[in-house]
Amino acid sequence: MPHSLHIIVCAGIVPDPLQTLEPVITPNGPGLKNEMVLPAVLDPWAACALYEAANLAAKNPGSKLWLVSLGPKAKLQQVMMTVAQKVAFELVPIDGPIGGFPDAHATAAMLADAIAGVPGLDRSKLFLFGGWESATRGAGVTLQMVGERLGITEQFQGVDQIEVRDDGSFEVLERIEGGRHQVSVCSSAPAVLGWATGNLPEPRNNPQVGMANMRTMMPALQKAKSSTLDANGLSYVSVSLPKQQRTTRVVKDMTPDQIAAELVEWIGAE
Amino acid sequence: MENILVLTHVDEIGSALSRASLEAVTAGLELAARLGAPLAIGVIGSDAAAANALVNTGAKLLAVSGEALAQPRYATDAAACEALCRAAGASIVLVPAGARLSRVAAGVAYRLGGVVDTHITALGGADTVEATRWFYRQRVEAVISRSTRPWFVVLDAGTHTVYAGDTGVANVEQVAVELPATRTSVSGIRAPKQDEQTIRPDARMLFVAGAGWTKKQPDGQVHTPEAAERILGFLRATGASLGSSKSLVDQGGEGQSVLPFLTHMNQIGQTGATPRHAKGLSTCCHGEEPHVVGWRFIGERRAISLDPNCGWTRGKADVVYVADAFPVIAKLNELLGAKG
Repeated sequence: MPHSLHIIVCAGIVPDPLQTLEPVITPNGPGLKNEMVLPAVLDPWAACALYEAANLAAKNPGSKLWLVSLGPKAKLQQVMMTVAQKVAFELVPIDGPIGGFPDAHATAAMLADAIAGVPGLDRSKLFLFGGWESATRGAGVTLQMVGERLGITEQFQGVDQIEVRDDGSFEVLERIEGGRHQVSVCSSAPAVLGWATGNLPEPRNNPQVGMANMRTMMPALQKAKSSTLDANGLSYVSVSLPKQQRTTRVVKDMTPDQIAAELVEWIGAE
Repeated sequence: MENILVLTHVDEIGSALSRASLEAVTAGLELAARLGAPLAIGVIGSDAAAANALVNTGAKLLAVSGEALAQPRYATDAAACEALCRAAGASIVLVPAGARLSRVAAGVAYRLGGVVDTHITALGGADTVEATRWFYRQRVEAVISRSTRPWFVVLDAGTHTVYAGDTGVANVEQVAVELPATRTSVSGIRAPKQDEQTIRPDARMLFVAGAGWTKKQPDGQVHTPEAAERILGFLRATGASLGSSKSLVDQGGEGQSVLPFLTHMNQIGQTGATPRHAKGLSTCCHGEEPHVVGWRFIGERRAISLDPNCGWTRGKADVVYVADAFPVIAKLNELLGAKG
């Protein structure tokens, strides 16, 4: 028997992975050079969470899906133009700073406040989704703290699969060391699930879904509250790019046999 | 003065501390010695006997144990960690970055009004504590400090040596904790069969397969089964761990020819893992930046690629062989087999 679920996906926006990143010091602390003009995308692991959430909502009629995202309003609008065409959701935007250097604790507080204020949210049906880490700070702590702030103590990280059963319980596969999964069964919602990649491909763009999403998205963006983040005692001693550039030997004139022989020697060397 | 606590847990068998825990013990001993600070070590697990391995650390030993802690899960582990932190009165809490304690560290920090930083690769500073970590998936390195306490510092695995002291009978203080009711039970571990397991974190070498293995070869045909055989042959001969580019593991979802033993867990790079191995051999992938960030902690790097202008040649690998990986790996397997 399907269960109607209330799924909230927390997802940040990050620089397109193909962009060159250069750290700079700004009056507000470290940042990236030309950060506001770098092309941005939805955080990849959080995007996996969004696709899994949409799939779960589709399997359970009556479910609702919200996407909560913190970032500069203009950047959010730009990224959501693409994301909105993938799956149906209601955007809960928070106008705030971008990037990996702001403090995760303040981010968690702001996300939790926004989620607590979502009209019509039934916390007994709540699945709080997000990426298990982001492509900016990559700390893997925000979702846990949002969960704690909302009083959710059934939490799973590195999730690759969820299967909701007829009785409302669900089975979760979490990544653990050595390329394995820990299998857990939770008797009911609410729960926090920090997603790894999951198993679903990126949905194709659907302009109709995009049009439907944009009807609620634009007013939500216009109303988004502007916020600043506390540092929580965090200070940066240094921020730099890794300096090691290797001197690459490019070998173009060896036969496969010669290459193999050289590699055997290299593999065996201490 | 700082008061340092190292959180540890027993391994899956339940009789010894996990490898990552023993690395964190080393970090704790080093930090306590540098700061002249008292050190406590907390052990979580069904049985506290694993603490006997810490008898010669000179640290105060605390434990929360019981059958409910045989299963790694958020609610019970978070309660156990919280109790240990409160009992130790810790200002700095060092946490090993395994799946078990990474799952709960931030939640516990929140409960204690503290802060947490993860993926710490080094601890430094003179009179203060400074922690090194990477941002933007290993593309920007930063050194940070915190004035808020308690400060939870989650240490990446492989960044410290494993503590190995003599064992004895440890004097362990049991910390009482009322574990909360939980709706979660762990029903088991799902793993590939022993001979199909291709992810080997302790391997000396990483072998990375790119999308080129499943593309058309010079005869105009795709040779995926042969590619699979050669890759697995190499893994068998060397004991290497298998990594993959995103494009290759994504092919399964796109209905293209795939290597049957590859999953997203093999993926390294921007949206994959960043493993630590002494050597890495890349085959049939182009070495673009999102992929190469997954190679940040690989020591010696070699690549086999047909493209003489690929990303690997721009200072990312030590040696790039411009060649077809199919015949090279076939010959390599033959030579490794003959060598025994």
